Amino acid sequence: MTEAPPSPESPPAFDAERFFKRMGSVGHNGTLDIQWHGAADDWVELRLPWRDALIGDEEARLMASGPIFTLMDNATSLAIWRKMKAFRPQATLDFRIDYIRPAGSGRDVIGRGECYRLTHSIAFVRGIAHDGDADDPVAHCAGTFMFTGPAWSL
Amino acid sequence: MRKLPPYADLLGVTLAPADSRATLMMPFGGQVLGRPGFLHGGAIAGLLELAAFASLELAIADLDPQPRIKPINMTIDFMRGGREAMTYARGTVGRLGQRIANIDVVAWQDDEDRLIARAHINFLLAGSASA
Repeated sequence: MTEAPPSPESPPAFDAERFFKRMGSVGHNGTLDIQWHGAADDWVELRLPWRDALIGDEEARLMASGPIFTLMDNATSLAIWRKMKAFRPQATLDFRIDYIRPAGSGRDVIGRGECYRLTHSIAFVRGIAHDGDADDPVAHCAGTFMFTGPAWSL
Repeated sequence: MRKLPPYADLLGVTLAPADSRATLMMPFGGQVLGRPGFLHGGAIAGLLELAAFASLELAIADLDPQPRIKPINMTIDFMRGGREAMTYARGTVGRLGQRIANIDVVAWQDDEDRLIARAHINFLLAGSASA
């Protein structure tokens, strides 16, 4: 299949990295200091840097699970737009996370989110989080997002 | 009940005053903002997890020694967008077993009957006397 060359009127394809770098530093994402880590056609990776402020278990100095939830919610959300090559407003409908093991104290956590199915109204996502070795994840997630409006040209 | 962890301070989460059921509250602000004007789903999830922990700690307060509490998994439904208002969350211990606790936890803003999110969280109780 050949694609028509972009005309001056056609909007540029959605750039997940540029979008995240512009929007990711504000609000809750900025508070957690979540960073861009990489992407391919249907997945996006983000990095959650270790900070003492993220501790949920003070005795064992372990990261709380909430920040990992936010990491995976963001990575899977971006993977949807990356797969569509467009921005379309969406809201998380439901999300499940299995916390397979605690993330290592002091270690950054990498989240890889994937969109494996897009329908007219719903995007189906899944992902893993790890702290250095993707074959030894700290969490698995699965969820759905619902679209709340038409795609925008950015 | 143990004091809330550093992650709760980051979110601005505190124990609601004069409440015997471990209700937590989280004010709106930049630290919990998602898309403009709305709470981030991750901040709501964080509040729900903290409230689930708090309700479980209240339920096991009399156990000696105190078990370690480890989250196994969490399933959350987002029901309404969280607006620029105080958000409350409270957990209910569905079943407290020797090794597993099943917790239902809900979050709301102005009206406790209009939930913005609810979750089911399973915890492992490790190192309790009978485990």
